[in-house]
Amino acid sequence: MELTGAEILIRCLQEEQVEYVFGYPGGAVLFIYDELFKQDKVKHVLVRHEQAAVHAADGYARSSDKVGVALVTSGPGLTNAVTGIATAYMDSTPMVVISGQVPTFAIGEDAFQEVDAVGITRPCVKHNFLVKDVKDIASTIKKAFYLAKSGRPGPVLVDIPKDVSNHKTTFEYPASVSIRSYHPVSKGDSGQIRQAAQMLLEAKRPMIYAGGGVVLSDASAQLADLVRLLDSPCTNTLMGLGGFPASDKHFVGMLGMHGTYEANMAMQHCDVLLAVGARFDDRVIGNVEHFAQVPRKIIHIDIDPSSIAKRVKVDLPIVGDVRLVLDELLGVLRGGRQAPSPAALAAWWKQVDEWRAIGGGLRYKNSSEIIKPQFVIEKLHEITGGDAFITTDVGQHQMWTAQYYKFDKPRRWITSGGLGTMGFGLPAAMGVQMVNPGATVACVTGEGSIQMNIQELSTCKQFRLPIKIIALNNGYLGMVRQWQEFFHGNRYSETYMNALPDFVRLAEAFGHVGMRIEKPADVEPALKEAFARKNDLVFMDFRTDPTENVFPMVPGGKGLSEIILSEQL
Amino acid sequence: MRHIISLLMENEAGALSRVAGLFSARGYNIESLSVAPTEDPTLSRMTIVTSGSDAVIEQINKQLNKLVDVAALMDLSEGEHLERELMLVKVRAEGAAREELKRMADTFHGRIIDTTDHTYTIELTGSCAELDSLLEKIGRDLILETVRTGASGIGCGDRILKL
Repeated sequence: MELTGAEILIRCLQEEQVEYVFGYPGGAVLFIYDELFKQDKVKHVLVRHEQAAVHAADGYARSSDKVGVALVTSGPGLTNAVTGIATAYMDSTPMVVISGQVPTFAIGEDAFQEVDAVGITRPCVKHNFLVKDVKDIASTIKKAFYLAKSGRPGPVLVDIPKDVSNHKTTFEYPASVSIRSYHPVSKGDSGQIRQAAQMLLEAKRPMIYAGGGVVLSDASAQLADLVRLLDSPCTNTLMGLGGFPASDKHFVGMLGMHGTYEANMAMQHCDVLLAVGARFDDRVIGNVEHFAQVPRKIIHIDIDPSSIAKRVKVDLPIVGDVRLVLDELLGVLRGGRQAPSPAALAAWWKQVDEWRAIGGGLRYKNSSEIIKPQFVIEKLHEITGGDAFITTDVGQHQMWTAQYYKFDKPRRWITSGGLGTMGFGLPAAMGVQMVNPGATVACVTGEGSIQMNIQELSTCKQFRLPIKIIALNNGYLGMVRQWQEFFHGNRYSETYMNALPDFVRLAEAFGHVGMRIEKPADVEPALKEAFARKNDLVFMDFRTDPTENVFPMVPGGKGLSEIILSEQL
Repeated sequence: MRHIISLLMENEAGALSRVAGLFSARGYNIESLSVAPTEDPTLSRMTIVTSGSDAVIEQINKQLNKLVDVAALMDLSEGEHLERELMLVKVRAEGAAREELKRMADTFHGRIIDTTDHTYTIELTGSCAELDSLLEKIGRDLILETVRTGASGIGCGDRILKL
């Protein structure tokens, strides 16, 4: 029996066990929506803006290890989705985005709602396809899911012209897939792994720096075993938070621009640095030349060879899946007789503890008059037992959440790290809540970020998503204001958020519960009340100190040890 | 340093723009790029001439390899290789220069493939440096038009790039 392209597409999604598709209909995808309508295995979540569809698919994927799926129409549907796709690309989220396209005979004629989807998305996808023949739909979807999930994950776009979705052919979903030009490495080189083991055993000042790759390859258990076996300090990047338990004594906090003093100092002064699924980006190691001044041996494990030796020189590269490499490394370490030198480690830990004392961990001066944003996050951690799924937007609130919500488990921390996309938090939380029904999901945001996708409050109502929105409302685009205060002579150019809406009434207008919290004493009771409302979305508008800044801070272009601890500029 | 990178890629619409886009997006140099299908029509062979520090060249190789459409890659400059480029150059050939231009073409083992009473079109195949050298000898005053294909490269002996 022959099926239409649209029927075939839906059958493919069923074969891939896709539970939810986040999308928005339009002319070029009418046949596809018609087929969605006729079945109930693949459920559709109607967002209010295509950017949100992609972020929701992203949150869905990050919190579950499944491939997220978004469906958008041609032209503006696709261009609206681009920010979401670029966000997923920078953070290596496995995702398949399906876009409608004008009919094949109209391509290139500047047809209504035509845009070169493959061209526009090329630099921000792992791969993309334009399907010109209905016979290619099934194999292309199979390839898309395989590419999205294997190797270094990423978003894959499949652009389907309207006529192709209505043409007919026989359907057979390929049982397997092979792409002759694509062979991601999984197992690391055994010789290099043995060498790494030796270097780590001989290290006097070892340091483990773990990134999002640990979370993506589900290697948290292996990482924890390794850190404890080597008795080494361990830091996480923003993307890696939760990959190593924050409550473990080996954890020295997040590193980088807003990392702890001890993490940054240990990065700078270790003698053997093991980088695991991390990419030495500019927000992490600051000034490259400054970082390279100090002699230390670097071992770098990453599935993507192009992440190795991109910004820093690496002494021992190991290309492979983080989990498989760590498994093998642990095997080598456990099988040998050698152990790290206790005396050297004792001296190193003494030094690390001294740094901890100087930095004092993370510090802020609490107040009984005005709500400190850090205090809200500390209370959020306490009230949710540290076990909630937390999404964020981008800015000061994101950094405070990264610093003060001590993540002990992977996939609980969902943030736009690479692209830094404001407007990510709420739609991502929708995806998280969809794939984790019953779980506690909170979106920490600011009054600036939340307005970038606030229309999704409507989606949340339709799908009864009881997300808790923690808006740290300081009336400013806080992170930009902070930079203006430090580096632009206190000229707060366009960072004051004038004419803010009444968020409580706004939440109510969307059919949700709104709360305004203005006094420190009310923070805890308000959070308790909000989280007790299991079935309601609660929008909490915390009026926080507008002058508060994020510390520590490594100013842009500076080295890790040039870190500023507090208001001493 | 100048490098010649050869790659085999899927002969599909858009494959070329993936490579070209990679170079512009990441700020890498392209001196020349030439591409055509191979004996297997599903594969294209591309030769890219680029330049950069060792670190940049390493990244270029890695980033090219990361493209899903790239099936195989070889940095020809890392070993013995041959490099050839085809050039067609149309020159003003009048009076005394006419004889001189013919001699020059002969010296470079070029061929005159089209003549009029006031022009020659010279065809020359050689390394990029040889082509540059002929152009310099002729001089810009006499050159009416220059067409170059960009370098094609192949490894020597058993250095073979094949699937």
